Amino acid sequence: MAEKTLYNKVWDAHNVGLLPTGQNQILIGLHLVHEVTSPQAFDALREEGLSVAFPDRTFATCDHIVPTTSLQRPFDDGQAELMMEALEKNTKDFGITFYDPPSGKQGVVHIVGPETGLTQPGMTIACGDSHTSTHGAFGTLAFGIGTSQVRDVLATGCLTMDELKVRRIEVNGELSPGVTPKDVILYIINRLGVRGGLGFAYEYGGDVFDSMSMEGRMTVCNMSIEGGARIGYVNPDETTFAYLKGKEHSPEGDAWDRAVTWWKTLPSESDAQYDDVVRFDASEISPMVTWGITPAQSVAADENLPLLEGLDENRKKSYEEAYAHMKLTPGQKAVDLPVQVAFIGSCTNGRITDLRAAAEVVKGKKIDPGVRGIVVPGSIPVRLQAMEEGLDKIFEEAGFEWRQAGCSMCLAMNPDKLQGDEISASSSNRNFIGRQGSPNGRTLLMSPAMVAAAALAGHVQDIREIM
Amino acid sequence: MKDKKIRHLKGRGVSVPGNDIDTDRIIPARFLKEITFSRMGEYPFFDERFDSSGKEKDHPFNTNKGASFLIANDNFGCGSSREHAPQSLLRWGIQVILAESLAEIFAGNCAMIGLAAVTLSSDDIREIQAAVEADSSLELSLDLMTKTVLCQGKEYEVTIPEPRRQALTEGTWDSTALLLERLELSRSTAAALPYMSHFSS
Ligand code: SF4
Repeated sequence: MAEKTLYNKVWDAHNVGLLPTGQNQILIGLHLVHEVTSPQAFDALREEGLSVAFPDRTFATCDHIVPTTSLQRPFDDGQAELMMEALEKNTKDFGITFYDPPSGKQGVVHIVGPETGLTQPGMTIACGDSHTSTHGAFGTLAFGIGTSQVRDVLATGCLTMDELKVRRIEVNGELSPGVTPKDVILYIINRLGVRGGLGFAYEYGGDVFDSMSMEGRMTVCNMSIEGGARIGYVNPDETTFAYLKGKEHSPEGDAWDRAVTWWKTLPSESDAQYDDVVRFDASEISPMVTWGITPAQSVAADENLPLLEGLDENRKKSYEEAYAHMKLTPGQKAVDLPVQVAFIGSCTNGRITDLRAAAEVVKGKKIDPGVRGIVVPGSIPVRLQAMEEGLDKIFEEAGFEWRQAGCSMCLAMNPDKLQGDEISASSSNRNFIGRQGSPNGRTLLMSPAMVAAAALAGHVQDIREIM
Repeated sequence: MKDKKIRHLKGRGVSVPGNDIDTDRIIPARFLKEITFSRMGEYPFFDERFDSSGKEKDHPFNTNKGASFLIANDNFGCGSSREHAPQSLLRWGIQVILAESLAEIFAGNCAMIGLAAVTLSSDDIREIQAAVEADSSLELSLDLMTKTVLCQGKEYEVTIPEPRRQALTEGTWDSTALLLERLELSRSTAAALPYMSHFSS
C-alpha cells in the first residue's frame, strides 16, 4: 500500500470514482496525440457521433512517420502522407491544437510536451505511446495507452484503470566521469530485469536523481517501460520549476506562484510507505552497452559479453536466442563489437544536452568510413538550438548526416532503416528484433556520447578511454 | 446490439514459446502505417512467419491456423503500446491468451477489445504448451466464471484482475459508454484540479 507517495496523491486527485465493474475512473489531465495510434480512435468517435470532451487539454504532433530528409509535401511514402492527412483532418474536425512542422514546434511527442511547458507536475498524462513514461520526470503519472484507450480519453477525458504498486529506486552517491543518465537506467534495467517493473510505478530518488538535470530525468523515466514499469517518476523540485519557468504553457506571474505552491505539495512524504524499495550505489555504475535483444541484456563497456555456463535453463535459452540473432559470441569483449550505423536521436536521447554530449566527442574528428551516421534532433526547437550552437556543422564535418526532427531510426517507420544484418550503435531505447527496420538488423543501445565514440572507431569504445 | 458478454470460450491452441516476446515482433512497425485495423489479421508475427521472398517459414501461426487460444510465456506483449498487436492476434482468430505473465499495457489493450488474456503458473503453462505442441487438434476451454482452463480433462486455475474479468463477463469492456455517462462527474473532478484552470485563482 503506497501511502503519501506522489503516485498516491496524484492518483487520488484524478480519481473520478469507482465504476460498477470495480475499476477506477481516472481523469486524464493532458492527452498527447500522434499520427500512428490515433486515426482509428478518431474514426470511432465519428461513428458514434461523439466529440472530444476536453479539446483544450489535447495536443497533437507528428513524429513516427515523418521523413527526416525533407519535409516537402506530399511525402514520398504514400501511406505516410495518408497518415499525416488523417491527423490534419482529425485535429481540425475535432478542434485540437496540432504542432505540425509549419508551427515550428513539431517533434517527438515526448520531447514536445516538456519543451512547450505542457508537461507539468501533478498531472495525469496519457498518450498512445509506451514512452509516455518520459513525462514522469516532472512528477506526473504519465503512461502509454492503446488506441481504444485513446478513443476513451478523447471522448470522455477518462480511462478505466487499476492502481499500481510503487517501488522506490534509490541511487545514492556520485556518478563516475563518463556515466550518463542513459547508463543509469540501463544499469537499473539490467539489475531489475525487463519484467521487474510489472505491476509497479517506479519512483526514482536519491542523490543521483536529486542532482540530475531535467533532460537526464527524462531519459531515465523514458525507459521505465523497458523495465516493465508503465510509469516512472521523479518528485518535482527546484530543478523542475527552473526548467518550467518561462515555457510557453507555463503559468506566469501570480499564477506561477500558485502553481509552485501546489507543486510543492506533491512530492512523496519522507515517511511514505512504498510497496518495495531498492537501493543502488552510484559508484558501481559504468558506461553501459546492450549486446542482446532486450534492454536488460547489457554489460559495462569494459566487460566481456556473458558466458552461457552456469545460467539457469530459462536465461540460457534467452541468451542463446539473443546471441543467434546478434551473431555475437559469449565472452567477446564489449569494445570489440563492430558498428556499421550510428543513430543519435529519439525521445530517450534526442534533446539538446544529448546532441551537445555527442558533438563534444566527434568535434574535429572523422567517423569511420565504414559507418553510416545520422543525427536526428528530437524536435524543431532542438534542431534550431543545435544549429545556433553550430552543432550541425560539427556533426557534418565529422561525417554525420544532419536531419529533420522525428522518431526516425528508433523504430524505422520512415525511410531511415537498417539494411540486412547491419549493426547499429543507437541512442534509442529498444534493441528488439526488427526494431530498426530490418528483420535481421542488430541494435546496440548506449548513451549518445558512446554512440559518437563508436562511430569514430567503427566499433564500441569505452567512453572513459577517450575522455 | 450484439451480446458482448465473454464467459465461456472454446478452441484449439497455438503455442508461441519464449519470454519477452515484444509487440514489435508480434507486429512490425511498418504495418502500423494503415489508418484502420481492418487488415491487421494478416500481419501477426509477420517477419517470423515469412522469409524475405514471402515464403512461409516454420512458425506455429503457419502450422496451426484456426487456433483461438494462444499459449505464451513470461512478459508477453512487452514494449510498444501499439494496440495493433492484440488487434492483429484477435483478427487472426485468437480469442484467449494464456501466459505466465503479460506486459501491462498489452494486457490493458486486450481487455479493451474483448480479448481474454489471463495468466497461469509457469508449470501449468508448460504443461498446456506441451499438450498443445503434441496434439494441435486438442480442444481447450476457458471459463471466466470459475476462472479455469480445461485441457485434456485437467482443470487449471487462471488469474485475471477482478475488475477486468467482470468487464469481460458482463460485456462492459467497451468502456466508452460507461465513462461517457459520468462526464459531469469527470468535469467536477477536473474543476478541482488547479492546473485545469491554469492556476487562475
Ligand atoms: S522516438 Fe522512438 S520510442 Fe520515442 S516515440 Fe518515437 S518511436 Fe517511440
